Amino acid sequence: MAERLLDVKDLSTQFFTHAGIVKAVNGVSFTLDRNETIGIVGESGSGKTVAALSLMRLIPDPPGRVVEGSLMLGERNLRTISDDEMRGVRGNDIAMIFQDPMTSLNPVMKIGKQIGEAITLHQDKSKREAWKMAIDLLARVGIPDAPKRVDQYPFEFSGGMRQRAMIAMAISCNPDILIADEPTTALDVTIQAQIIDVMREMQAQFSSGVILITHDLGVIAEIADKVMVMYGGRTVEYGPVDEIFYNSHHPYTWGLLASLPRLDASEKERLTPIKGQPPNLITLPDGCPFTVRCPYRRPECRDNWPELEIVGAEHGVHCWIPVDERQGLRVELPHFKESVV
Amino acid sequence: MPDWDAKPPADRDVYGTEVTQAETVDARPQAEVFDEQIEEGAKPLGLWSDTWRRLRRNKLAIIGLGIIIVFITIGTVEEVAFIFGHPVTPYPPDEVNYALSPQGLGSPPSLKHPFGTDYLGRDVLSRVLAATRIAMLVGIIAVAIALTMGLILGPISGYYGGAVDSVIMRIADIFFAFPYILFVLLIMSVLGAGFQNVFIAIGILGWATFARIVRGQILSVKSMEFVEAARAQGASDLRIIFRHVLPNSMAPVYVAVAMAIGGAIATEAALSYLGIGVQPPTPSWGLMIADAVNYLTGGNWWYLFFPSLALVLTVFGFISFGNGLRDATDPKLKE
Repeated sequence: MAERLLDVKDLSTQFFTHAGIVKAVNGVSFTLDRNETIGIVGESGSGKTVAALSLMRLIPDPPGRVVEGSLMLGERNLRTISDDEMRGVRGNDIAMIFQDPMTSLNPVMKIGKQIGEAITLHQDKSKREAWKMAIDLLARVGIPDAPKRVDQYPFEFSGGMRQRAMIAMAISCNPDILIADEPTTALDVTIQAQIIDVMREMQAQFSSGVILITHDLGVIAEIADKVMVMYGGRTVEYGPVDEIFYNSHHPYTWGLLASLPRLDASEKERLTPIKGQPPNLITLPDGCPFTVRCPYRRPECRDNWPELEIVGAEHGVHCWIPVDERQGLRVELPHFKESVV
Repeated sequence: MPDWDAKPPADRDVYGTEVTQAETVDARPQAEVFDEQIEEGAKPLGLWSDTWRRLRRNKLAIIGLGIIIVFITIGTVEEVAFIFGHPVTPYPPDEVNYALSPQGLGSPPSLKHPFGTDYLGRDVLSRVLAATRIAMLVGIIAVAIALTMGLILGPISGYYGGAVDSVIMRIADIFFAFPYILFVLLIMSVLGAGFQNVFIAIGILGWATFARIVRGQILSVKSMEFVEAARAQGASDLRIIFRHVLPNSMAPVYVAVAMAIGGAIATEAALSYLGIGVQPPTPSWGLMIADAVNYLTGGNWWYLFFPSLALVLTVFGFISFGNGLRDATDPKLKE
């Protein structure tokens, strides 16, 4: 049995604003083992990032607060430990890679110093040692001429280089858990593949668990072991990556998969969007947040949140459609008709 | 079907053009060669060398910088000389010599006294030089006091926001609400005349400007992603404020410092002119100007002209340098 790193149960995070209570995350649960990568997918506003920031306790308070749930990092509950202890966790046990490498590095601090800062914060190392470690880390993430590069400022790095530097910074203290919040979104496609490779290598070298937040299913297919699909702050489906891609059970997951552009589609074929708007997180229904956009909605959907239904190994779904009907509906989607099933 | 894997002959490039042997020696991957070319072609500039490059093109700013360097050098030499008790001036600045002041009206500029002598026969050049020390001390110390207060209160105000912010900024508003010179006069009359008090008065009044600038900058910088990244690394609030946020907020502060030094020197002259700043016999430009005004009708222009020139030049130097610095650090003007 793999070592369990993180056990999140019923995480709920809300923002108390003038307009009302924004229910950004509603009862999300998941676990993460060593060497495992979990992908969290969903559209903008589905609560992916808020869930990750809740783990780091980086939700700005006020207006935000984690209102419910337990966040167990090994034996420690991240919700109840002191601020000092939490600072020790950040960077050391859980590190984070941000979306936009152009803005997530301090423009007036040398790369080596920024990487070294994390090291000197958590380890008993001199600035000199930290600087040397920074060179080593830069070389590991594939930056050529690291001894020279370490002495440069972020603006002298290209986007892909900066993201590599961010990764170097994140892994500098050998964290158990690496949270990557859309690490490839701001990069162009050729660089994305390289960054994914670097992340995978680093995960292998440091045997961490990775939480990968993205809306890019291609990235998920590439490196995730299991996937959690979020909508309106709720987990609608989770499961091993192959199950989600080839045997998904939730209409929202189908919609996500169907909206992907396909290389083998004919030129005249249009993309299949999910019709409608993302939900307003202040006026969420008690039931399934996807109800209004769901083509298969039923009377019970709006007001009752379906219990978790286990449909396969480690594969669960929250949906009112009876399981035998689902198979039939899924095959009818244009996307699945052709090849996948 | 073309054979995609076919390699061009050794003496041809991919387009079939003949290439000389020397060029084909470079067998490294193309990407590496590009990297090198990029590096050779456009050596990246550091933050300061970039600013300097743009500042250098601004003639007025460079003239200003030259003036600042000259006056600061004089000021430093005089300060060191003052500590050792031997002013480095052509004549002792306080030496009264009635022989040089026929009818108590001083003597006009001559070879021995290039700036002339005043009504007590004191050498005006020596006094202008000695007064540079006071001017520079006031400029630097008063602004240092203001800047220190501003750099403590500004970040606290901007970073924490809320009630702390409101209280600090309302106090700053109070400081801005009074006419400046009247407020200085008020503080000076409470503290009493004397040149240490000039530092304090100007310093106390200046903090609000710096606090406001720093606060505004911090408000915009603190929401940037790298601040969150630093927090995610486990950095403490203090560390984030002083290592990450503040250094990114300083560019407009440097500009304000250059301007404020010019302003402080002018204010010192004004206070001394009004008789509540530096007290005689310590030489000060403001005092000399105040003295000279009484003799202007007698045609003794040199009393007034030379200290005024020194004052105008210094203030002009700091302000034009500050202006140039602002233009050079403004990212919107980047070409």
